[in-house]
Amino acid sequence: MLAIAGSPATVAEALTALWKEYPGLRDRIVDEQGTVRQHINIFVGDEAIRFADGLSTKVPADAEVLIVPAVSGG
Amino acid sequence: MPKVKHVSAKNGDVIVLVGTMKGAFVLRSNKSRKKWEVGGPYSIGSPVYAMAFDQRQGRRRLWWAQQSFQWGTVLCSSDDYGKTVTEPETYSVKFPEESKLTLKNIWQITPGRNDEPDTLYCGVEPAALFESHDAGKTWSPVEGLLNHPHRPKWQPGGGGLCLHTIVPDATNPKRMMIAISTAGAYRTDDGGATWQARNNGVRAEFMPDKHPEFGQCVHKVVQHRERPNRLFLQNHWGLYRSDDAGNSWNDIANGVPSDFGFCMATHPHDPETVYIVPIESDQYRCTPEGKLRVYRTTNAGESWEPLTRGLPQKNANETILRDALATDTCDPAGVYFGTRSGKVYGSSDDGKSWRVIIEGLPAVVCVKAAWVGDDRKNLPRRHKGTENKRAKSRPVKSRAAGKSRPAKRKAAGSVRAAR
Repeated sequence: MLAIAGSPATVAEALTALWKEYPGLRDRIVDEQGTVRQHINIFVGDEAIRFADGLSTKVPADAEVLIVPAVSGG
Repeated sequence: MPKVKHVSAKNGDVIVLVGTMKGAFVLRSNKSRKKWEVGGPYSIGSPVYAMAFDQRQGRRRLWWAQQSFQWGTVLCSSDDYGKTVTEPETYSVKFPEESKLTLKNIWQITPGRNDEPDTLYCGVEPAALFESHDAGKTWSPVEGLLNHPHRPKWQPGGGGLCLHTIVPDATNPKRMMIAISTAGAYRTDDGGATWQARNNGVRAEFMPDKHPEFGQCVHKVVQHRERPNRLFLQNHWGLYRSDDAGNSWNDIANGVPSDFGFCMATHPHDPETVYIVPIESDQYRCTPEGKLRVYRTTNAGESWEPLTRGLPQKNANETILRDALATDTCDPAGVYFGTRSGKVYGSSDDGKSWRVIIEGLPAVVCVKAAWVGDDRKNLPRRHKGTENKRAKSRPVKSRAAGKSRPAKRKAAGSVRAAR
């Protein structure tokens, strides 16, 4: 659990703040085109951003943003 | 989680790198190659399609590609056979944003020529070639191939659109051959600035035009350093040799049970000798007739002989993929291959006899082998100074353009090239 300082308005802004503190996370969560990797799910509270506005999904104050790897394999 | 073991190799030892669908393994033996220690698994749970060993300039560096459904593909390295692993914080092999491409996997890692000791290459999916000139710290795509005019027409095969074979020319630093499934073979003669399709004579059974300029599903191309203008090619249906650096290819499927296959490797010291593992067909991608047979030519493809001692000859429906066959540089040469059923077989006598080195692995997708230490001391006497030696093989007569074999093959019997 990481607390991000400031008030990012969207998931994209929240992730940008995250990369600043932990640059190694960026390539692991988004690809070269800045798209969230297919098997990574990001939630704002209980809402999956892929069913909302994607990286433009609004982040309310004090909201919890979850990055959850999908259960993928074989 | 499996307990990870580590090996350590000294000069004179032989190592075999094994990439599987669930991690990488490092096998180590002394030059007898009878008993093997096993290190790994590394990158536990990750498909490892590509591995390499770079021992230029005194290095002892392993490279491998760790693929993850969740986290993407990253190039990892180790200078102590896996005991400590370097996984870069920022991925080193990745497409520029303006390319609109995203890396799916790394299919091949190839150290450059000995006189370019800090150069390395990666072949990736979607098909592109990356190069490094600082021993792997930083990488960039080869623009001439990234922006090739044929790219919009390249189609993926069942395994994806992958650049899986990289052959830096042994003597010409400006020349390199690469192979893409399913775009075919391409060659550069100007250090990568431009690339030309080199598939003349190679058929594409699945295309309306059986001999297009490009679009073949070439599975492997190999070159021996003593015969740089001669190349061998294993195709998706078709076994070929070129004596003009890839300008033209001639059918050499003489006496093999099938000319379908994935892997191919040259003998380290004899430019006339090549190994393959024929596969029944593209419909049934297993060894023909339930027999596990490596085939070897010692006359550059004029004839092929099965090597079966120690290999199962019944109930062996095995698949050996394009990068899962390798040789070491010892004398006699060691030959190794891995199967999708998780076995690695090895021979320490040029392929005359075989034994299982390890089994019970996850599906094997990559095998590389190396004799640790100075390669030059290992050259057998008969091959020193043999650059002017007359070839034992005769030129191969080319098939008439446009003539192709029937798409279906019988499982039994042999395939013989028409003369």
